[in-house]
Amino acid sequence: MSHHVLSLLVEDKPGLLTRVAGLFARRGFNIESLAVGKSEIDGLSRITVVVDVEELPLEQVTKQLNKLVNVIKIVELDTTQSVQREHLLVKVRVDNSTRSHVLEAVNLFRARVVDVSSDALVIEVTGDTGKTNAFLRVVEPYGIKEIAQSGLLAIGRGSKSITERIFKN
Amino acid sequence: MSAESTPVPTATSAAAKPTALKNQPDILTGSGAILRSLEMLGVKDVFGLPGGAIMPFYDELMSSTAIRHILVRHEQGAGHAAEGYASSTGKVGVAIATSGPGATNLVTAIADAYMDSVPLLCITGQVFSTLMGTDAFQEVDIVGITMPITKHSFLVTDPADVPATLAAAYLLASTGRPGPVLVDVTKDAQQNSAPFIWPPKIDLPGYRPVIKAHGKQIQAAAALLAEAKRPVFYVGGGVIRAEASAELLKLAELTGVPVVTTLMARGAFPDSHPQALGMPGMHGTVPAVLALQESDLLISLGARFDDRVTGKVSEFAPDAKVVHVDIDPAEISKIRVADVPIVGDAKDVIIDLIAAFTEVSHGTAPDLAEWWLRLNQLKTDFPLGYAEPVDGLISPQYVIERIGQITGPEGIYASGVGQHQMWAAQFIKYERPNAWLNSGGAGTMGYGVPAAMGAKVANPDRTVWAIDGDGCFQMTNQELATCTINKIPIKVAIINNSSLGMVRQWQTLFYDGRHSFTDLNTGDGTIMIPDFVKLADAYGALGIRVTKKEDVDAAIKLANETNDRPVVIDFVVSRDSMVWPMVPQGVGNSSVQYAREHAPEWEEE
Repeated sequence: MSHHVLSLLVEDKPGLLTRVAGLFARRGFNIESLAVGKSEIDGLSRITVVVDVEELPLEQVTKQLNKLVNVIKIVELDTTQSVQREHLLVKVRVDNSTRSHVLEAVNLFRARVVDVSSDALVIEVTGDTGKTNAFLRVVEPYGIKEIAQSGLLAIGRGSKSITERIFKN
Repeated sequence: MSAESTPVPTATSAAAKPTALKNQPDILTGSGAILRSLEMLGVKDVFGLPGGAIMPFYDELMSSTAIRHILVRHEQGAGHAAEGYASSTGKVGVAIATSGPGATNLVTAIADAYMDSVPLLCITGQVFSTLMGTDAFQEVDIVGITMPITKHSFLVTDPADVPATLAAAYLLASTGRPGPVLVDVTKDAQQNSAPFIWPPKIDLPGYRPVIKAHGKQIQAAAALLAEAKRPVFYVGGGVIRAEASAELLKLAELTGVPVVTTLMARGAFPDSHPQALGMPGMHGTVPAVLALQESDLLISLGARFDDRVTGKVSEFAPDAKVVHVDIDPAEISKIRVADVPIVGDAKDVIIDLIAAFTEVSHGTAPDLAEWWLRLNQLKTDFPLGYAEPVDGLISPQYVIERIGQITGPEGIYASGVGQHQMWAAQFIKYERPNAWLNSGGAGTMGYGVPAAMGAKVANPDRTVWAIDGDGCFQMTNQELATCTINKIPIKVAIINNSSLGMVRQWQTLFYDGRHSFTDLNTGDGTIMIPDFVKLADAYGALGIRVTKKEDVDAAIKLANETNDRPVVIDFVVSRDSMVWPMVPQGVGNSSVQYAREHAPEWEEE
């Protein structure tokens, strides 16, 4: 199996997410991560989805997704040609003796503390999956109380955009 | 092709009133807009059954002179009738139901249409938009339920959206790879008013079916065709949907290549043609099955390598290169990797292929003498046939064969699912497309009677037979009431073997003869519940029971001559007859059995 990052440009219609997610489930493809948000064009959303499949089934996923009437465009973003990030919020248990160690890790990872209380810190980390996972490993011994994590976001490098050329025909 | 520029068919119906003033569109209720849109789209017949959430539309429908509404007895009947209407004509079939159970009763027919690429438009009522999500009376999320089995679905809550939505639904159902589209309209959207604007702007930026194929791929296919020693045209239902039979005939005769027609493609190529090998697959003819298996080039036209055709995929046509032509790119290389993938409409592709082949071959057909020697030998050695039953009862194959022979190729034959379906596919000779209607992909028992009804509505001048089983018939026979009352004189042949015959056949072959719950007690030597002749009588149809071979012809002729009411013939046949040839499930096609424990010789390496 190998990871593939797909970027979907879709019409922002009710039930769209059900259609996309349902298709993956129905055809037996596993979604590793999913992130949905607006695109730069009104009425169009962008979905970044990470799937774990071989080349041939990937082609089948893409073709099936393309058949969804509300899906306008699909591109695969490979790691060398794109910037890929995920966002992590983690609540770490601290006390007077451990706070400074955790803050040191925060600095080393260029993470940020976004909430402080007497016995916990909420830290935000942005980076690729490797970085967020590494950060979690470092703070894990202090006690992780809670994690909220976004799906992977990805965008192609360079000046081209995936919305270019779609409305020309 | 851009969906936005596709013209929507405009109707010349009497009821489509011209707009009152220029640039001043009529103000219509949502229901009025549904009706007007259907009229403008050229819809002539619809099948449905009213209920609370669709009543505003039914109130409008009552005054329509352009659209004939057939009141069914069950919404599944409306769905299959619309499918039969569509499959026998190529037009869009329309089914209407109310919310909740009305809508869910359409689900089987929608799934059926999805599997067999039938252009079907379903309009369902929905509860008031203000009540949606509250578990209101007769509320179900039919858009959600049907998402996996529709080409697309719409929810309409604003009457202003009605024309554009119906036009888009109609376009989606009928173009590209056809399929079912559902439009769910809330009761308030039906009651409220909005300006009716026609033609509406269809906004489907994500829908761009490819019709014209890539020239390079066509060249590659033509080159392979010119060089092949053992080519086969593997023809699927797509050729019928694309109305490409005439082009296929031309291509076949130009190249001299043998043709197999799948269950969905029976009639796409005339059975009487010397190049026709019949149906491939689990119950295909030996020549068709082995032609695919031994070929060095499969040209698949609108077929999808269904498991019932390929058998064990890894052993299917091991020496063949594959040219796969389909309008749906997702079908190509889904099951078997194509050497030459061609995305396009079968008709356009065949026309281009004829031109490309003519150029490559300089007008001479390839030398396939050796290939034909083998195939003709198989045809001679393994013709379709059947053994007379030893219990003295009529053989089911004989009945079906005679229906086909007496009625002829201009008739329409709709079947249920099971043994009788396979025999009807094998023993009726099809000479034209749209004459054979069946539930191929979904395998929906009960398809036959309502589909025949829909076909008869669309083709009032043709003789329409439902070849049904005693099991299938009991699933949807309530539509006989619809047929009698609306003067839709279909003929129903119940191939009554008193059992769920195909399941029974598998039990006999693969479950040590343990016939678990397949006995229906409708046939010979049983209590015959129900009595199909009495049932026909109760429905105002002509009921006939045939128990002797010598009475078969007379009954069929009487049925064909009776056009003032439906006819139901209860053919009491042997329950031990089996469908042969057969490729058992899960093995390669070279294990085809001509009859029980009788496999043809086949050169293995």
